[in-house]
This record gives sequence, structure tokens and C-alpha cells, in this order.
Amino acid sequence: MIRAGTLPWFAQHETRLLWRDWAWLLSGGRRRRGFTVVLGLLVFFGFMHMVAYSTLARAPIAFPPDKPLLVALGGTLLLYWSLMLSQAMEAVTRAFYARGDLELILSSSASEERLFAVRIGAMALSVAGMSLALAAPAINILAWLHGARWLAAYGVVLAMAMTAVAISLMLTITLFRAIGPKRTRLVAQIVAAVIGASFVIGVQIVAILTVGTMSRLVLFQSERMLSLAPAPGSSWWLPVDAMMGNWSALAVVFALGAVMFASAVRVCAPRFGELAVAAGNVSAGRRSASRRTLNFRPKSPGQALRGKEWVLLLRDPWLMSQSLMQLLYLVPPFFLLSRSFYSQGSSAALVVPVAIMAAGQLAGGLAWLAISGEDAPDLIASAPVSAYRVWRAKAQAVATGIGVVFGPLVVLLAVIAPLLAVVAAIGVIIASASATAIQFWFRAQVKRSLFRRRHVSSRIATFAEALCSITWASAGALATSDFRFAVIPAVMAVAFLTGAWLLSPKRA
Amino acid sequence: MVKNSSQPALEIRGLSKQFDRPAVDGLDLTVRAGEFYTLLGPNGAGKTTTLRMVTGLLKPDRGSIKVFGIDLSADPIAAKQIMAWLSDEPMIYDRLTPLEYLYFVAGLWGVSSSTAETRARDLVAWLGLAPYAEQRCEGLSKGMRQKVALAGALVHEPRLIILDEPFTGLDAASARLVKNVLRERVAEGCSVIMTTHILEVAERMADRIGVMSSGRLVAEGTLQELQRQAGDGGASLEDTFLALVSADTAPGSIAA
Repeated sequence: MIRAGTLPWFAQHETRLLWRDWAWLLSGGRRRRGFTVVLGLLVFFGFMHMVAYSTLARAPIAFPPDKPLLVALGGTLLLYWSLMLSQAMEAVTRAFYARGDLELILSSSASEERLFAVRIGAMALSVAGMSLALAAPAINILAWLHGARWLAAYGVVLAMAMTAVAISLMLTITLFRAIGPKRTRLVAQIVAAVIGASFVIGVQIVAILTVGTMSRLVLFQSERMLSLAPAPGSSWWLPVDAMMGNWSALAVVFALGAVMFASAVRVCAPRFGELAVAAGNVSAGRRSASRRTLNFRPKSPGQALRGKEWVLLLRDPWLMSQSLMQLLYLVPPFFLLSRSFYSQGSSAALVVPVAIMAAGQLAGGLAWLAISGEDAPDLIASAPVSAYRVWRAKAQAVATGIGVVFGPLVVLLAVIAPLLAVVAAIGVIIASASATAIQFWFRAQVKRSLFRRRHVSSRIATFAEALCSITWASAGALATSDFRFAVIPAVMAVAFLTGAWLLSPKRA
Repeated sequence: MVKNSSQPALEIRGLSKQFDRPAVDGLDLTVRAGEFYTLLGPNGAGKTTTLRMVTGLLKPDRGSIKVFGIDLSADPIAAKQIMAWLSDEPMIYDRLTPLEYLYFVAGLWGVSSSTAETRARDLVAWLGLAPYAEQRCEGLSKGMRQKVALAGALVHEPRLIILDEPFTGLDAASARLVKNVLRERVAEGCSVIMTTHILEVAERMADRIGVMSSGRLVAEGTLQELQRQAGDGGASLEDTFLALVSADTAPGSIAA
């Protein structure tokens, strides 16, 4: 029997919560779906292993590694680490601001320091787990094809997760001290999104500048990059050496991660409660009065609904972290486009599928907030406005958001290549409309604050939305060369959309 | 839009709704124009389900609902135009200020901008919300949120106000303020139907009281009429209510 209030007791409590949280995420909150979830996971991992095998089976992997392999693996590790850091930043911010059980803990006589130490550990495990969901199949295939030493990569992922959480904690606490709890929530989300996207974007921009394409692999294998990279044997390659089974390198990398993590826990755990209270004051406290004078202009019910949706979207505290990264990924295509403008190059066509894909994803998020995340459904339902008018106003609010983001890109494209602009505009409209329609068919009444977990309410909607965005993007990409080529992906997209409609609960 | 004010404010006939069991079972109920009607009943009696059907939030299985003569199923928009609904859990937008919320509600009901502004500012001042008028609702206490929701219900000057446990969570001062607001509205000709578990409120405010049990109206009338029906003239409403409800739920009993 574990004694109450001790570290193992808190660890047991947190493990139980973490497990149930994962189970809820995987099962969509429905009971008696354990078998389906396990089966789904097995199918997913089987599929991911097949993808990893098809990618890695013919990859030129030599031991000891040559410089191109070191650069490719180092770049991949950096990409993963930037995403881990972004995820950890979001987890730390959420731990401060989401109230959950904080009031119970802070009002109890138990040692909050111990609990927060355990909670920080859980964050590291969660970040490592999320990364391994994608990395584990590749590691397993590498171990199968090239020897068990590749299993050391699991240790590297864990060390990377520890450093990511340690840096996130220090960064968030520094932000708290520097700009106060009021602004930290927003700034931390922006920092998280920028960090998450910065490596990919940075590499793509460098690739555009040097090799004239957005491909990371082409950049990593370019003469220029290889000449700039450190020589094999340099301590810069320690994480890559550790990943490839150099046990002494692994010991150094793991020890570095563990020391950083332990230091962060030692510094931050005693302050966690104090900062959580400060963050709580921001949530519960009064906000300074709006400086803007409310303008009572004439309004129709539709205008009132659209105006309300825009204000709420602009003020949503978590929308930033969920959508900013999608928007940041548009920076390289914009950059590529501006270069095409000056050089009259033909690479502008690359922008079309990226824009269509991003529009579909962003529209899905905005539509979920407007339709399912309605915080006062009774008010809307009891208003003298028909359901059709409500739905139309919400769809218009989403369309305006998409127009504001993607309009300038289409206009810029129209200056360079009018035909491409037409394809992009049509693709953006169709992909956004598809995502909005899916969210409408699968609408569920949930709290707006559950936006981060919107995919849980319906797996079918999530997959349908992603598949539609991908197929519309493919159709757009092929249409840039010949419209006839776009027919097959377009038919597939319509099929996915029809399938989603047939399976939608509202239809039933 | 409104046919004629001599019509009952609310006329319910044969209303039924079944979930796992019958929640409302052939209910007949009439609220007269300009009347303050209170609906009492134990938990699960079907009061909230009835009111949610009246406001169009739930679809009845059977029966008809007329608001000032307008059939809710035939012309829901016209019926909703003259109603207001306020639940015990006010659902307002955390990230709007009270004034923005009122502006939005006024827009939904198609109130002209100049009227909306005057009414919104009057209501905000009247309900003691002026110091918070331009702060977001996320920082407001439950009582304040309830007042914002009440202001939202009144901003379009409804002819029938439907309230479900409006005093839940309100402090004494706020509860008195809400009672005064409702009394004034009734004095101006507005009709109110309200559920409550606070019998003292029903006793003091209601023109007529309806008692529901197991989805049916088991008794209805003024306090004195109810006391006579319960056979205990002079007893308190609490005694009368318990007598009526226990008579209905007792094995072999016949509803009034």
C-alpha cells in the first residue's frame, strides 16, 4: 500500500489520470470500445510500419555513417525536437491556465511541490509518447533491417522530450516574470507555434533560396549544405551517434537530458503553485474595461450572428495555438511566390496545393468553433431566426475568415499567373466548403474550450476532413498542369464527402 | 404578428414528451395575458421539459402550444419573436462584454439599433451591471451572469417571459432585484411563467400556481384554491404543495 501524499502516490494518481485521458482520446469518450480501440491502434501501427519499410528499405544507410546520412538524420532529429518543444510549451501553458484540479490541490495540505514534480514528469512522458507514435515504426524497421543498435533511438527520443519540457518550463516561467501572467498565455502559444513551425519553415526558406524548391531532402543532400555541415566525428553529431547505437554517446545525451530535466523540476516545481494561482487570477479576475466604444449600428439577425462569431473567433484564447502553425506553414509558399514574382519562375504552381490543404484545415477548425462550439445554444434556438439562417450566418463567418487569410495569396498569385490563381481560388473555396459541410453534418453540442480535442467528438469527421483536404489539394496540384488530370482526385474527394454525409449522425 | 391581446399568453393542449419514460403526459395548461404563473413540482415532474418545448428547444411528441394565439409548430419564428427564455444555468458568451451580449441579442430579435442601445443601457443600469458593462463576462460572478442573461431576456421587450429556476444561486439582494424587475414587467402587461423550488417566491409573486407531478398538472389555481383542493385551508403553501404531490404519487391515487 503506497502512503498517501508521497511521490509514488502522486505518480500513481497521475498515471491513472494520464491513462484515462489517453483512453478517452482514443475511444472518443465512449465505453465498451476497448476492443475497437486496440484493433484500430494495431491497424494504425501496422500501416505505419509498412510506410516506414517502403521509405527505409532502399535508403542508403551505412555504418559508420557518412556525412549525407549524418545531415539527413540530424535534420530529422532537429525537426522532431522543434515539434516536441512546441508541444511541451503548450502542455506547460495549459497546466498553468486550465483550472481542472488545481484548486483542490492548492487548497489541500498535501505537498504541491511533489505533485507538480510528478506532473512535469508526466508531461515529458506524454511528449515522448506522442513523438514515438510516429517515430517508433521507423525505429523498429531500422532495427530490423540494420541491427538492434537502432533501438537506442528510443533513449534519444526520451532525452529529447526531457530537454524539451525543461526548456519549455524555464521559458514559460521567464515569460511569466517578464510580461506577467496576463500576456503569457497568448505569447506562450505564439512562441509554441513559431517554435513548432520555425525549423520546417526555416529549412524550406533556405531550400527555396539555395536549391529553388521547398524540399527538405533536396536541401540536406545539396553540395552547399554538406560542405557547411560539421565533419563526421564532431561532437555536434552526438545525438545522431547515440541514435545509431553508440552507447557512450547515448549515455552523454541521456545524462544531459536528465540533468536539464531534474534542474528544471527543482527550480520550477516549488513555484508552480504560486504561478498557477497568478494565472488563475487572470482567468477569474476582471479584465480592464474595453477602450472601444460599442457602436450600436443597425443589424439584421444574420449580421448579429456573423459579428458575434468574428468577435469570439478573434478573442478565442486557444485558437491561436491551434491555427497559427497552419498559417505559418503558408510562409514558405508566400516566399516562393514572391521570388517567382521577381524571377518569373514556374515554381509558383507549388503554392496551389499548399494553400488548398491549409484552407481546408483552417476552415474545419473555424467551422467547429462556430457550429459545435456554440456556448449559448438555447439562446440561438429560442431566437426568432430560422435554423437555416443561423447556419448560413455561421458559414459566412467562416468563409470571411478564410477570405481574409487566403485572399491576399490568391491576389498575389493572380499577378504572377492568373490561371494558377483561378485554380487556387476554386480549390480554396471547395476545400473550405467541404470542411465546413463536414463540421455541420457532424455537429455536436460541446464546450468551446474543448477545441483542442475537437477530433474526439467524431473520428469519421476528422478523417473525412483530412482526406477531403488532401484530395482537393491533389486535384488542385494536377489541375495546374492539365484540368483533365484533376478529375480522378476530385471524384475521390466527392466520394469522401458523400461517404461522410451518408455516415453523419444528423442524417440518421 | 400578434393576433390579439385577449388571447391567452400561453395555451398548451395535450402536450406529451417521452424520453425513457413519459416526461410530460398529456398536459393542458393556460397562462392568461398579463398573468404571473408559477409552475411547481418535485424534481422530474416535467416542468423544465414543458418550458423547453414551449420555447422550441424540444419538439413535442404530441399536443399543441399557442403563444398569444400563434401556433408554435406552424409559425415558430413569430411565436419566438414575442417570447424570452431564461434558464437556471445562464449560457452567455464569456468573451463578450454585457453590452456586447445585449447588442447581439437585440440583433437576433431584430430590435432597431437606437432602441437596442437605449434599452441595453437602461437594463444595465437598472440591474446594477453598469460597472461591469464593458468587461468580459468571463470574470463575472454567477449572480452577475444571471443578471446579464435576464437583461438579454428583456432587451427585446417580450410579451411572454419563460423562466426556469431564475433564483438559483442568486444572493438576497440580487433575488429581490430580479423579483422587482419581473413584478414591474407584469404590471406593464407582460406575462410570466416560471418554475421554482422556492415556495415563498411562488406564494408572494404568483397570480396562479400550477402543480405538476409525473408529467401532469395535478392542481392549479390561486393559493387559496390550492389550499381548498388539498383540503387544508389556512396551511402554508409548503404543506399544500406536499399534500398535493404526495396525494398524486401515493399508490392508487387519482390526479386532481
